Amino acid sequence: MASVYALLLLALAVFAPSFHRAGNWRDIAVANAPLLLTATGMTLVVLTRHVDVSVGSQFAICGVLAGLMAKAGWPMPVVALGTVAAGMAMGGLNALLVAVLGLPSIVATLATMVTLREGLRWATEGAWVEDLPPNFQWFGLGQAAGRALIVALSLAVFAAIAWALVHLRAGRAVYATGSDAEAARLLGVPARATVALGFVALGGLGALAALLTAVQFIDVQSSAGIGLELKVIAAVVVGGTAITGGRGTAPGTLLGVALLGTLGPALTFLGSHAYWERALQGAIILAAVASDAFEGRVVARPVDVVPEGARAG
Amino acid sequence: MPTPAAAAPSPGALLSLTGIVKSFGGVRALDGVSFEVRSGEVHALVGENGAGKSTLVKVATGAHAPDAGEVALGGRVIARLDPLAARRLGVAVIYQQPALLPDLTVAENIALAEEQGAPWRRVRWRERRRRARELLGRVGARIDPDAAVGRLRMPEQQLVEIARALGSDARVIFMDEPTASLSERETEHLFAVIRELRAKGSGIVYVSHRLEELFVVADRVTVLRDGRRVADRPIGELDRAALIRLMVGREVSAAAGEAARVPGDAVLEVRGLRSRAGGLREATFTLHAGEVLGLAGLVGSGRTELARTLFGLTPADGGELRVRGQAVTIPGPERAVALGLAYVPEDRKRHGVVGELPIAANLTLAILRELSRLGLLDRAEERRRAEQMSARLGVRAPSVEVPVSTLSGGNQQKVALGRWLATRPSILILDEPTQGIDVGAKAEIHRLVGELAGQGLALLMISSDLPEVLGMSDRVAVMHDARLAAILPRERATPEAVMTHALGHGAPDVEAAAAR
Repeated sequence: MASVYALLLLALAVFAPSFHRAGNWRDIAVANAPLLLTATGMTLVVLTRHVDVSVGSQFAICGVLAGLMAKAGWPMPVVALGTVAAGMAMGGLNALLVAVLGLPSIVATLATMVTLREGLRWATEGAWVEDLPPNFQWFGLGQAAGRALIVALSLAVFAAIAWALVHLRAGRAVYATGSDAEAARLLGVPARATVALGFVALGGLGALAALLTAVQFIDVQSSAGIGLELKVIAAVVVGGTAITGGRGTAPGTLLGVALLGTLGPALTFLGSHAYWERALQGAIILAAVASDAFEGRVVARPVDVVPEGARAG
Repeated sequence: MPTPAAAAPSPGALLSLTGIVKSFGGVRALDGVSFEVRSGEVHALVGENGAGKSTLVKVATGAHAPDAGEVALGGRVIARLDPLAARRLGVAVIYQQPALLPDLTVAENIALAEEQGAPWRRVRWRERRRRARELLGRVGARIDPDAAVGRLRMPEQQLVEIARALGSDARVIFMDEPTASLSERETEHLFAVIRELRAKGSGIVYVSHRLEELFVVADRVTVLRDGRRVADRPIGELDRAALIRLMVGREVSAAAGEAARVPGDAVLEVRGLRSRAGGLREATFTLHAGEVLGLAGLVGSGRTELARTLFGLTPADGGELRVRGQAVTIPGPERAVALGLAYVPEDRKRHGVVGELPIAANLTLAILRELSRLGLLDRAEERRRAEQMSARLGVRAPSVEVPVSTLSGGNQQKVALGRWLATRPSILILDEPTQGIDVGAKAEIHRLVGELAGQGLALLMISSDLPEVLGMSDRVAVMHDARLAAILPRERATPEAVMTHALGHGAPDVEAAAAR
């Protein structure tokens, strides 16, 4: 996938050199920073062999909550903390259903997705949160500094999680759990707690993403985040994380987000119709899954090396 | 390495279980069993499959909570034992089915069991690799610490599992069929390690169906039968026959059935068969109707590879094959089946049976075409055939509609065998047909093999169990280093002769060309 992305960037450099303007890249980065946060959280969940399709609904609720708290006159740091806490609480609900009650994650989170979305519609009656205080948009820092903050914060959180996945025991527990939950349990890895933590972390990261998206506009739409789950899961899969858990990396997800996030603007710059974006995204996802399956087949092939220990001297 | 807090030195029992009761859905797996492990002893735990050995191991290591009874470690009663607490208290387990994480590396699998501490603790990758290399060296395995465990073969996985248990510096080590897929040499190595651990004062619980091993390595033996303890004695007081009597509660002839058959025509002639992809260098032999040809050799000597190449699972890139006199090529399993070959593979769980499906569906999986008309399956006929086959094999199950996964290992193996017998093959390849199954079931499989040969089937039987190979075979082929090194007629197939060839020390002893 890295080579596909390199090829895309090269094609842009040749056929649409104006694409590589700093301003364009900044726009792409700002637009995709929240997606990166959510996708990183989703990577944690997918690595434990689960999935969360309720992220879009959580995203909408967190955005609206952030707006309401700001309108109520709370200082921005408190708004941020409150939003993330709300996201973690919703992640905790999914964790309860999946890790504690043992429900299949796709069905459990489908239920929370619908319930949360309809609950929000009932509460807001579809109304947007308007008349936000001036310190809400761009955190009151102005557009340039606000954008820089969004990108920097997202990248910092991403880097911390990417590092932790490789270098902390908790990160390795994620891989162990996804590889074989029962074997992990017998090894003393707290498999259920690890799964639960994945959902809670995704909730928190999704909430942060919602906040960082909300502050880019003058008001908060209550219909935000519809279809977000598909985008996020697509980015994770394109980034090479196996949907069956245990295999994948955070940098892979970064690449997935970058590839899918660059595609739309790239098509516009190349003079192609933006309608092609979805079809092309689909093709890329298919290619990613196919290459993963192919690799799996190579692994499943019997290893033709005679075990050394068995060779008698 | 941090040594788990050793319990206060108590004279004798490191671990003791008292009056353990454990039921699963109305079935009483353990019925008031007591068991103890002392410092510096190897305590064998035996019993037929379903006698409760695995359950006992799981209770002692915290994987199952008992319904009643006490678990005490180092003289202290532990109220709630879980796997993590058990390991902290110095209990390690080597599971029969390696409980490894397939996507992670060898080093990481070993490290996960050892490293304790908070989730935010940093992982020391370099240290992990070094430690993995050291522990693998101790069990005599040369395995790349960075390889993903899922890519390793069964014996290698078993060695990783053993290395992992050693690493935890445990006071009590449970070994559940640790040698099931190990070669003789690796087994010897393991025994040396066990003696070393015993000398250091650890207690080892050794579960195995290979009774010969118990007499070599164990000091004491506990026998379980139907969830109850029927004996706890020094092993010196018992002999093989007495032990088997205790296990089964009845007399079973331990010696495998005498082969006294007259082989018929050559049904399979193999000359110079090789497969680079499959790791087979050279094999030349002839298999006759009504004959059991045993295939011995160390693990990794290419026996399974030979079977897989014959069956078309890995492509051959040289050599000649003749089936009933006709020169053939076998590019894939479909062709092999069409030619009357059948292959019952080694890894029962993965390739032999479909655990979730009922017995009937498993038995008819290879003959669905025969049972269906215009794509519609004749369920009544399926059931009838399955019941017939099930009765012929002596599968013990309430009905042919129960999932295979609910059966014991021996009965699962019968189903795996039955699935292929349904195709009415003329050449049957068995790969470790009695691995990890109990004495009673083993005797039944042996009886079946004898019967099938008597009916004119040609059998190629791979086995790491030397008494089995010697007892069952009309001739014994021995592989060494991916070559078929020797074919010994029954009267010359002594354990010494087979081992000499398996270790590569034998003079070329393939039957004279005239004999083919």
